[in-house]
Amino acid sequence: MASTETRPAAGAGGTVITPAPVRVVVAPAGWRADLRGIKVVWQRELIRFWRDRLRIVTSLLQPLIFLFVLGGGLAQIASGGTEGVDLRTFMFPGALAMAVFFTAMFSAASVVWDREYGFLREMLVAPVRRGSIVLGKCIGGATVASFQGLLVMALAPLVHVPYSAVMVLEVLALQLLLAFMMTAFGVMFAVRVTQMQAFMALMQMVVTPLLFISGALFPLSGLPRWLEVLNRLDPLTYAVNPLREAVFSHLSLTVAAKAALLPGITWFGWQVPIAVQVLVVVAFAATMLSVAIWQFRRA
Amino acid sequence: MNELDLAVEVRGLVKRFGDVEAVRGIDLDVTAGETFGFLGPNGAGKSTTISMLCTLLRPDAGSARVAGHDVMSERDDVRRNIGLVFQDPTLDGYLSAEQNLRFHAELYGVPKAVVPERMRLVLEMVGLWERRGSLVQTYSGGMKRRLEIARGLLHAPRVLFLDEPTVGLDPQTRASIWRYIEELKAAEDITIFVTTHYMDEAEHADRIAIMDQGRIIALDTPEALKAAVGKDRVQLQVDDEDAAISALRERFGLEATIAEGHVTVAVEGGEAFVPRLFAELGVPIRGVSVARPSLDDVFMSYTGTTIRDAEAAGGPDPLMRIMAGRR
Repeated sequence: MASTETRPAAGAGGTVITPAPVRVVVAPAGWRADLRGIKVVWQRELIRFWRDRLRIVTSLLQPLIFLFVLGGGLAQIASGGTEGVDLRTFMFPGALAMAVFFTAMFSAASVVWDREYGFLREMLVAPVRRGSIVLGKCIGGATVASFQGLLVMALAPLVHVPYSAVMVLEVLALQLLLAFMMTAFGVMFAVRVTQMQAFMALMQMVVTPLLFISGALFPLSGLPRWLEVLNRLDPLTYAVNPLREAVFSHLSLTVAAKAALLPGITWFGWQVPIAVQVLVVVAFAATMLSVAIWQFRRA
Repeated sequence: MNELDLAVEVRGLVKRFGDVEAVRGIDLDVTAGETFGFLGPNGAGKSTTISMLCTLLRPDAGSARVAGHDVMSERDDVRRNIGLVFQDPTLDGYLSAEQNLRFHAELYGVPKAVVPERMRLVLEMVGLWERRGSLVQTYSGGMKRRLEIARGLLHAPRVLFLDEPTVGLDPQTRASIWRYIEELKAAEDITIFVTTHYMDEAEHADRIAIMDQGRIIALDTPEALKAAVGKDRVQLQVDDEDAAISALRERFGLEATIAEGHVTVAVEGGEAFVPRLFAELGVPIRGVSVARPSLDDVFMSYTGTTIRDAEAAGGPDPLMRIMAGRR
């Protein structure tokens, strides 16, 4: 009786759409799916970075201010301790580290952004492993940050560092590694934090000390004991020092200048080889990536 | 896949958040090809249920199979076979519509060769083909929702989950969203699982489950649910209302009242009653209208309250906040 009510059958009226002409059979799970996940998340980072020109400029500003304003301003008083080397030349590797550092942080921050605008869900419900999304994010962060680093690299002649293909390649490789580590570091926190302001505050609190302690802006010789200990514990130290080695090995420095500005890193009196320093960064990066993936799985 | 296959099969599903039992052991079967409506006030457990069916939340007890795969042990198989449109937008505003769809196609492994064709099909279906190159942040709310529906269909899912697809949209856009859903059913071999707290929208579904406080309290076709409430509302326009009321009492044994200026009586099968009315009442009738019970009446008959009141009484739902935090 009540069922005599008529409802228009679906599709009976209005526009008639031709039945799907395309048979879609989606690819099965497996490493190929995960690889696609990495690739597409990476691509998105690049597209978004390129769209956001303002960010390219602002991230560039910070290292430039440190290099030319702070470096230029302090050059006079510091000249006694730099053995004739321009303070800006000394700080240049630090600026290279900073350039990738802040850009990588921004990439990590986009996780918080993605959560706020909901896009994170689109990634979380996809039939790919969460790890591939984190990995794509970190590789994306490393790529855009290294691009940023290259822009700073281009300024080398302004601080009396001549171009050299070997140096550029060495620096680029180190920047990629550093940026990867920093993105993973940021993602590790970003997954847990739901508000952008909170994330930014947290990063300020953690990142600025890490940067200062790393020796990006001062030589590691003759530090107070407590600062030396903190310096050796700072993961950034092991990225900044090889960067400085890479740049300085292409400059003709006096022995005295080298001893004062580039004493290298020692562990209880043992001079740590550059290869080991790089390995330390790799180990840190791998650990942070694992933690980030683990956090992401529970998100 | 034949008609009798189950698209969604739920047994004793339970989800707790701390001490709160959000979903209290529900059973549910959705047949392939059906449009299934999931109705209830905010905070009834609809979103929690859908989250479990979409593998976003782990059930605490019970089991669920979607598109033939277990939501716990075959997570990725479930995900590949479902499309999702959430209450909240999940688009990247800094990308164009096309880029959002490409991202999705890659993540879901849609073969490269069919992507352009498939993309055109879904974008044309929701009327956004012309705007495919624009950044999504320039879209209106309705356009974004349509794009989400298009994206949910891109990988040709067997089950499309729509969680409150029309919430926050103006009536015109709401109507057009439902038109897309109906067209979609005609075009694709697909099961649609849609939640809503708008009673009028639930009428579009083949069958409805009404959920309240974590339980399914009714499950049937909209017509059967309304028929179960029983009586239709018959209104008479007559010149002599008192005579009509007494005639109704004497000849049919019905108690009539005057509502909204008309003699109103509740009867089962109102349409069949009309010819008898004319033949037997003996009082001149100028007009008759028959109104079916609405789904509002259905909800009320099961819970003793209207959906609107249920939501007002609940206030801001603590569960919804937990969910929001988890997103």
